[in-house]
Amino acid sequence: MSQAVLETRALTRSFGGLTAVAQVALTLVIGELHAVIGPNGAGKSTLINLLSGDLRPSSGQILIDGASVGGLPAHRLARLGIGRSYQKTNILKSLPALENVRLAAQARHGGGRRLFQTARGARDLVALAEAALARVGLASASDRPAGQLSHGEQRQLEIAMTLATEPRALLLDEPLAGMGPEETERMVTLLRQLAADHAVLLVEHDMDVVFAVADRLTVMVDGRVIASGPPEMIRSSAAVREAYLGEATA
Amino acid sequence: MGQTRLLLLGLLLLATFPWVVPNFYVTLGSSALVWAMFALSLQLLVGVTGLVSLGHGAFFGLAAYALYFVTPEGGRLSIFLTLPLAIAVAGVAALVIGALSLRTRGFFFLMVTLAFAQMVFFLFHDTDIGGGADGVFVGRPALELFGVAIPTDKHNRGLVGYYVNLALLAAMYLALAWLLRSLFGRVLSGIRINEHRMRALGYDTYRYKLLAFVIAGALAGVAGHQWVMNDGFVNPELVGWHRSAEALLMILIGGLGVLYGPILGAIAWTALGEISQLITDRQLLVQGLFILAVVLVLPQGLAGIRLWRRKAAESTA
Repeated sequence: MSQAVLETRALTRSFGGLTAVAQVALTLVIGELHAVIGPNGAGKSTLINLLSGDLRPSSGQILIDGASVGGLPAHRLARLGIGRSYQKTNILKSLPALENVRLAAQARHGGGRRLFQTARGARDLVALAEAALARVGLASASDRPAGQLSHGEQRQLEIAMTLATEPRALLLDEPLAGMGPEETERMVTLLRQLAADHAVLLVEHDMDVVFAVADRLTVMVDGRVIASGPPEMIRSSAAVREAYLGEATA
Repeated sequence: MGQTRLLLLGLLLLATFPWVVPNFYVTLGSSALVWAMFALSLQLLVGVTGLVSLGHGAFFGLAAYALYFVTPEGGRLSIFLTLPLAIAVAGVAALVIGALSLRTRGFFFLMVTLAFAQMVFFLFHDTDIGGGADGVFVGRPALELFGVAIPTDKHNRGLVGYYVNLALLAAMYLALAWLLRSLFGRVLSGIRINEHRMRALGYDTYRYKLLAFVIAGALAGVAGHQWVMNDGFVNPELVGWHRSAEALLMILIGGLGVLYGPILGAIAWTALGEISQLITDRQLLVQGLFILAVVLVLPQGLAGIRLWRRKAAESTA
């Protein structure tokens, strides 16, 4: 149960002279929602990009189920059960919403010999896609081109795509940015549900949401982890207040 | 479905064409069909997967040269032997060239494919292995299976060749139409639209692109084979980058978004070459102005022309 799905050890990434992520140790466990907070430029997105394989680490280790996977490309990590959403919505805009999610389901279930089956004949993939769309509340938008959805709906769509790849670890980069209050409420409920059977890493600026859903918080400043622990502990930490929370709640 | 009906109408027109025009135009139509096959094979890369290659002529030419290497001088081989051979040679060449050039993207991919095609061009142009720069005659493949043959001579050769081309073009179209409806085809579209997202979903996009490149190359081999069947001649021009660029133009003229675009483009391009030759000495000027007009007026190419209003055009090719 408490086996770490994803773990980093002294994970570091530099861009030229700038160290965006420095010596980060982090553990993601099934059943736990782990929020990473910190001011802009703290290295949160870089951290997610390292974990998803979009960037390669400069040094340090990434482990999935205890095996080192640092340096593997994004598609291999996705196949090992790492799913992510992007800070800037990353979807296939000219395709219908359903096809976006269907392609995600196909990435998990449609390989090998099935490749030359007709897409229409692969009913199971469509069913999986419809279920994922329904889960994020987009069932009625399935036929609309993804690019014509509202900003909030596009964020929901991206999460549906991530879910349809059936990941064990979910890396969500500001999933609530730009969502209205109703959509936010729905996503918070969804985040709670997902945390039950996934390892979730959440980067989010909305502190009300973060403290409402997180089981564990890690605070990053200038690429370094300055504190990590249960929400109550972080809330009362003087160092965190000084570095970050103070200015955010002021 | 309206589109199926239009396609059948087009097929019917192409099938009756040789009966209503003088012999010379049958030959011309036949070569238009070869270019249609060639441009159609390239459409799998350009219009479907979003890979703009300037080296597609290499596979066309290598297939044609393969026929020269296996056909005994003064003799002929059965098409049932030569066609699979042409497909295999072009496919293997595409596997090698694709495996290397697909490590690059965008503009660099264009330049690397061009470089490979130029290497093949100079291989035939600067050495004597394939008749050198002047080219060489090749015995046309015979329509023969287990000793049963459709006899061809100077008089019916053009007509028979025309129908072989038409049959192969139709088969290629159907095969690609089916491919686009498959799970594989959907991945290719996804790669064109947002490759980064596809990789993050878990697709090894390199392998998908390579398979598309090999299929496109093998199909270009069919076109190269038919070139030999029509003309009985190979020269380094077949491999040159002009061919590849012309195929790109045909796709642009016909339409990037649909599978039949390159077919329309190839026919229009051939017809245009003929017409402009009749009315002026400045052929290239007429062709250039035509391309300009199409690009400015018809962003979706000739395939974007609507004779009547249709309910919502299909968004996926």
